[in-house]
Amino acid sequence: PGRALRPAFRAASRAGALTSPRVRRADAGSRAASRVTRRDPPDLNRGEREKIDMSRFSVENTRNFSIIAHVDHGKSTLADRLLELTGAIDKTKNNKQVLDKLQVERERGITVKAQTASLFYNCEGKQYLLNLIDTPGHVDFSYEVSRSLSACQGVLLVVDANEGIQAQTVANFFLAFEAQLSVIPVINKIDLKNADPERVEKQIEKVFDIPRNECIKISAKLGTNVERVLQAVIERIPPPKVHRKNSLKALVFDSTFDQYRGVIANVALFDGMVSKGDKIVSAHTKKTYEVNEVGVLNPNEQPTHKLYAGQVGYLIAGMKDVTEAQIGDTLYLHKQPVEPLPGFKSAKPMVFAGMYPIDQSEYNNLKSAVEKLTINDSSVTVHRDSSLALGAGWRLGFLGLLHMEVFNQRLEQEYNASVILTTPTVPYKAVLSSAKLIKEYREKEITIINPAQFPDKSKVTEYLEPVVLGTIITPDEYIGKVMMLCQARRAVQKNMMYIDQNRVMLKYLFPLNEIVVDFYDSLKSLSSGYASFDYEDAGYQTAELVKMDILLNGNIVEELVTIVHKDKAHSVGKVICERLKDSLPRQLFEIAIQAAIGSKIIARETVKAYRKNVLAKCYGGDITRKMKLLKRQAEGKKKLRKIGNIEVPKDAFIKVLRTQSDK
Amino acid sequence: VALPGARARGWAAAAAARAAQRRRRAEGARGPPSPRAALYVHWPYCEKRCSYCNFNKYIPRGVEEAAVRSCLVTEAQTLLRLSGVRRVESVFFGGGTPSLASPSTVAAVLEAVDQAAHLPADSEVTLEANPTSAPSSRLAAFGAAGVNRLSIGLQSLDDTELQLLGRTHSSRDALQTLAEARRLFPGRVSVDLMLGLPAQQVGPWLRQLRTLLGCCDDHISLYQLTLERGTELFTQVQRGTLSAPDPELAAEMYQEGRALLRDAGFRQYEVSNFARNGALSTHNWTYWQCGQYLGVGPGAHGRFAPQGAGDHTREARIQTLEPDNWMKEVMLFGHGTRRRIPLSKLELLEEVLAMGLRTDVGITHQHWQQFEPQLSLWDVFGASQEVKALLVQGILLLDHRGLRCSWEGLAVLDSLLLTLLPRLQDAWQQRAPSLVQGE
Repeated sequence: PGRALRPAFRAASRAGALTSPRVRRADAGSRAASRVTRRDPPDLNRGEREKIDMSRFSVENTRNFSIIAHVDHGKSTLADRLLELTGAIDKTKNNKQVLDKLQVERERGITVKAQTASLFYNCEGKQYLLNLIDTPGHVDFSYEVSRSLSACQGVLLVVDANEGIQAQTVANFFLAFEAQLSVIPVINKIDLKNADPERVEKQIEKVFDIPRNECIKISAKLGTNVERVLQAVIERIPPPKVHRKNSLKALVFDSTFDQYRGVIANVALFDGMVSKGDKIVSAHTKKTYEVNEVGVLNPNEQPTHKLYAGQVGYLIAGMKDVTEAQIGDTLYLHKQPVEPLPGFKSAKPMVFAGMYPIDQSEYNNLKSAVEKLTINDSSVTVHRDSSLALGAGWRLGFLGLLHMEVFNQRLEQEYNASVILTTPTVPYKAVLSSAKLIKEYREKEITIINPAQFPDKSKVTEYLEPVVLGTIITPDEYIGKVMMLCQARRAVQKNMMYIDQNRVMLKYLFPLNEIVVDFYDSLKSLSSGYASFDYEDAGYQTAELVKMDILLNGNIVEELVTIVHKDKAHSVGKVICERLKDSLPRQLFEIAIQAAIGSKIIARETVKAYRKNVLAKCYGGDITRKMKLLKRQAEGKKKLRKIGNIEVPKDAFIKVLRTQSDK
Repeated sequence: VALPGARARGWAAAAAARAAQRRRRAEGARGPPSPRAALYVHWPYCEKRCSYCNFNKYIPRGVEEAAVRSCLVTEAQTLLRLSGVRRVESVFFGGGTPSLASPSTVAAVLEAVDQAAHLPADSEVTLEANPTSAPSSRLAAFGAAGVNRLSIGLQSLDDTELQLLGRTHSSRDALQTLAEARRLFPGRVSVDLMLGLPAQQVGPWLRQLRTLLGCCDDHISLYQLTLERGTELFTQVQRGTLSAPDPELAAEMYQEGRALLRDAGFRQYEVSNFARNGALSTHNWTYWQCGQYLGVGPGAHGRFAPQGAGDHTREARIQTLEPDNWMKEVMLFGHGTRRRIPLSKLELLEEVLAMGLRTDVGITHQHWQQFEPQLSLWDVFGASQEVKALLVQGILLLDHRGLRCSWEGLAVLDSLLLTLLPRLQDAWQQRAPSLVQGE
């Protein structure tokens, strides 16, 4: 039955996004500092004698694998144990999620950046090289996951013995399955009181078609049976199929930026070898570089003489910018071009949001913080933007919602920047029919990121909206509520199956914009936290989109123009009008707040005029205070944005535009 | 007793003679810019803290009244001397609860004022009175001391509301005090009525007002409750134990109330003040007309141009807040002035604008000219588009008489001022260079 579902699944989970940030700021500083010390300036005394000779590890004795799991099922804890067992890190230290280097990763129990460790392991007299390629644990980063997995031959699929298969487990499994990797199911947390490994075995058999006896039952926390996992890696995962004698073909599956050494690219060698002094070329940019350093991650960087086909490590070659080492790119030797590895694509943002400093005087600080963050994350797209109400800022594109939240959180925690983040939008498309417009855009199908660019219906054959295929796993008692929620979000049911006695897996095709704001929160709250959700990109579908204007006494408010599905226009318009009503201060005249599509008004609220606004008592002792108050108010009034003759405070825009997490 | 002339017998005649002497002297001397002023006296003590009041008041265990009296007298003398004021046109005893003070204290201050300057026999001398602390005999004694006008803090005719406000009196006490006050000070009694209390409804409140109209004198003040930080009501509303007053309902009470008073023959001469038979408070009128006033007592505010400074710049003055410290300072320096802030010409004009528009006559051209002879009201406001919009809307009037609010405009004056004040500042700045050159 699992295989029948295969085309439907592709991705990981949204789960981490919900854990609310519980970080203290003081903590943030020290953690950020510790991250920096990890990237010390190069030690010039580092002697050649320390370098590991990687030629000792034959391809036959090499295994490349990943650990994949639903959030909190114990992926990072298992990785810590594997590192301890192989001596990569000290057992006596309190090793907690060594590979999760980012502060937000540790806090939220998610992995944003893939980390890698080469483990040296002796088994039956043979020295093995086990490359653990940790993957980002979230659907937003499914492209990175797929690139990481393409460097592997097998995966450890970790499932919580108590919670069982969750949405992300399913998605991860099919990612590995599609990549034709060996899957080793690992049932973790068998030490828990409510653990039911037998039930989970049955689920694994039913959903993934893997025989029960292949499951390894462990407790990563206590170390129980972890050694058996290493043995299974050696026994069940094949060595990579590569050729040392061919010329170099290396996959870039991650990259980071170090202010002293430039870009550090994580690479997996499919063919050939690479060493210091080699001239290499990026298949994507065609730029040539000279290799300064190669090495393995153990888990910190350890230089080696060479890296050989089948091995995984890092490479520093004078690249100045992470965009020069894009994930999925192929590196080859100068003048020895090879066929690039398949599957490369540039990062494609799926969620856009405006970002503005709360105080315009903070613009330059924020700008430099954004630059510093994007230097390590080339998947964020940055366009300068400005709003009459919010001032100068940016329109940022993210891979997904969590990606956006992580970015925002890192800005706040690592750079102490407070920002206004506007409600996320998705990239819509329009197929143009007007010859004039096609000429203007030089293409027939355009992507609309900014509502101001929305072309009129008369010039368009059809509008398209991005859709995703969502997987929900829930206890069956919540099915009714879950279905109602999905229907309200314009989702279409594609499949439904029981994965055990009382757990159901549902599949829905969702318009992406219906889940970008509060879908996951709603799902979690209606299922008392038990339902899990995951989605994967499913392209675009035709949609009846309309442009909605918000008017104040008949004047359009440019900041609030919204693209919305026809069926949702009324409810969205109503919400915006209500929020405006609550945040617009009364004025000397009545204000009509209207949502309109073209000339048709679809929602209306009224802010009544002030009837009384005068201080009751004003005698000798009140004058000083009263004048001060009036002058302060008059000063504030000068800063208000005027729509017609209506004064609109910045706060009103923020309340309407900002993501509403309390909904 | 015929009140305006009924100043305490003992000193009245002598005082009048002395005053007449001084007046002659003053008239003979070089004319100081404005030798007149109103005088405010602050009595800082109360029996009990009211739940809405954030005034500068104290609940003492015992008041050394003789010491307080002596300090009030000293400070009044000092400030009168510093100001060069020759004629005090009104005295207002506020608080606190000044009706808790002895009539002899009131008499002593009045006598000192009359000695240091001139207090004409017909000057308005008002005392704020609390219904419970003002039995008939005591009111008569205040009258004998020189008080000729009473302002009664009645606040409500509903006992539940009075309790919520933390008042010590009942509605019966209030009505009784009102009747006695009218008997003693006919035509010279004012009552305060509050509106916009939590849970208060329009109908019942209007019934209170009608009841009051049946027994009141010629002056009523309607005050909308302002929730002030630091008061018990504010805290209760913040905590959610008390529902916040509904501003819509308060606005309705205000509109209905002022209409009712108009129909009953009262002139709304200021935002919150109503009088018939010409019984306006001349003391308060001085504030709204930006006349000079001296503030005596802890935390009292004053506005006057001290003598000898040369340029006759008006100052905003604040006396030391806390009574014990204030007394120490008065004993050491003769006064307890804590802050003196010189008012610039523009600041004074801003006050003329903000205060004047609170009155029904607004700011007449003549009145404005006394403060600013060169830049007329037309110059300042005539060309502004924003002001024009207010005129068109009918909430503001600018005509041959001057600048004033319409009936509707008076209720939203604070919003109007947010347009008018910046306009005045702009006009002043545009004009300033030529003025500076001219000087």
